[in-house]
Amino acid sequence: MAAKTLSPKPGPHFRIALPPLSGRLRPRLITVCAALAAATFLVVAWAVSMGDFPITFTEAMRAVVGVGDPGTLLIVRELRLPRAVVGLLVGFAFGLSGAIFQTMTRNALASPDMIGFTQGAGTAVVAGIVFGWTGTVSTQALGLLGTFVMAALVYVLAWRRGTTGYRIILVGIGLQWMATSATDYLVARGMQFQAHAALGWLTGNLNGRDWSQALPLALTMAVLVPAALALGRLTRTLQLGDDVAIGLGTRVQFVRLALLVTGVGLVAFGTAAGGPIAFVALAAPQIAQRLAGTAWPPPLAAGLTGALFVAGSDLAAARLFPMELPVGVVTGVLGAPILLWLLIRANRAGSGG
Amino acid sequence: MTPRLQAGGLQLAYDQRVVVDDLDVQVPPGRITAIVGANACGKSTLLRALARLLAPRKGAVELDGRALHSIPTRELARRLGILPQGPTAPEGLTVLDLVTRGRSPHQTWWRQWSKADESAVHGALAATGIADLAGRAVDELSGGQRQRAWIAMAVAQGTPVLLLDEPTTYLDLAHQIDVLDLIHDLNRDEGRTIVMVLHDLNQACRYADHVIAMKGGRIVAEGDPADVITAETVAEVFDLRCQVTTDPVSGTPLVIPMGRHHTS
Repeated sequence: MAAKTLSPKPGPHFRIALPPLSGRLRPRLITVCAALAAATFLVVAWAVSMGDFPITFTEAMRAVVGVGDPGTLLIVRELRLPRAVVGLLVGFAFGLSGAIFQTMTRNALASPDMIGFTQGAGTAVVAGIVFGWTGTVSTQALGLLGTFVMAALVYVLAWRRGTTGYRIILVGIGLQWMATSATDYLVARGMQFQAHAALGWLTGNLNGRDWSQALPLALTMAVLVPAALALGRLTRTLQLGDDVAIGLGTRVQFVRLALLVTGVGLVAFGTAAGGPIAFVALAAPQIAQRLAGTAWPPPLAAGLTGALFVAGSDLAAARLFPMELPVGVVTGVLGAPILLWLLIRANRAGSGG
Repeated sequence: MTPRLQAGGLQLAYDQRVVVDDLDVQVPPGRITAIVGANACGKSTLLRALARLLAPRKGAVELDGRALHSIPTRELARRLGILPQGPTAPEGLTVLDLVTRGRSPHQTWWRQWSKADESAVHGALAATGIADLAGRAVDELSGGQRQRAWIAMAVAQGTPVLLLDEPTTYLDLAHQIDVLDLIHDLNRDEGRTIVMVLHDLNQACRYADHVIAMKGGRIVAEGDPADVITAETVAEVFDLRCQVTTDPVSGTPLVIPMGRHHTS
């Protein structure tokens, strides 16, 4: 096959004189983001209008903004919408967080559910259930605590005159297994009803989510999402390795800590609201990267992919099966084939995966 | 203004292992300097210190009279560039994306593709002869093309000082000469001060104006290649018997090693 060469055209970009704004544009990335956003909107709209009590699409949309009869308003605004919103936000948080960690460590396996953060949340929540703390401390608070303690442990133990992405992964995998073992021990030690509750939480479940879960997550994300997207610019040099990044004027340790704090915050509040929904943080950034044709996980597209992934899986979990399933069961079943298909397709096309 | 890069009383160490001790060095501005020496003699360590990738235990590296660690890293990145040994790019990253990243120290959140960025990137692509590869993925290129792409990134950074750690490693002979010719052009056409670590003494003699020969963390000899690269220096630095004659092409010293099986 003849090598395809391109002349150094500037490519699509924008540049205005006042204020002095400029940047390069990636049409494929923009198209992918717009398509993901539109698809996510449709899924959420579908989720609030479908169910045991069918509501037409128009009625549902009117109810969302507060217009309609009291029954419809209750079903849409208090039952279906919060669940859809939690799914949307958790998915976005997980996808974005996965993109942050994968970029920071230059490793596709380094998502927060592979390096122990979500397992830390799991251990804390299960300990709460088994020891009966859940009366005094909320599951959400325990999930947050577990994630933050685990992230701090990973960072401190990986520190040796600065951290490297590689050490964060190794230390994270080690701690992940310790946390998993601790959780298994607690489940085995607990009563049957406690073990059942623990497993229910560990799978990731959006059933019965209300505004009390959605609100803290939405407020945190209002801060962390812009921060993460802004940090995206600094990760472009980090992708070339620490030495090159320092040479290009990047404060590597500061940027890595800022990324870690942002990524951990996103995954902690996401897990606290929706449980450790499997596979999203790992797969969404990789799926987004292949859809957008970039060489790195694009943060915004990864968040949107995560949102569509979780919202779509929850809809499928609630409606497609004879019995309602927890969303975490569906994300693995749906996500793995999508990722595998993209990888195989990329390999066939010769561009690697 | 020509940049003055120098170091005094330098002690460099990895953990407890001191590699370089009490070393003074001045980089001739506007010239090409080659650091040579046997493996583990501290030449790459010295280059890393000159590039602020390694903080000195004692002493300081100064650029125009200011210690490197006191210059904000972004400002320093506009004055001094470093291409480390064997850098890796993410799979699928295009040459244009890589070279554009060289502009990072000149960019802000809101200004990411200024006219200056565009002309620097295109200038770098043209200077390194890879303009027609701009849309290709870096990992799909040949070794020589890939090294050109990385050098183009460093060129786009637009720094008066450019440090290169073994820029010819892993390249075949034709590509080695190709890269060294390119470095020569950067110095002669754009007046950049260049410091590079090289393995090949003959290439160092041919392409450098100034050679620094190191052994055991010390500078054994430095100066014009014709003065520095003698049979005695090579014997001391590399523990190698050799004859030194004149390169018939460039007129610079040509080292002919003898080894155990040959005598003069």
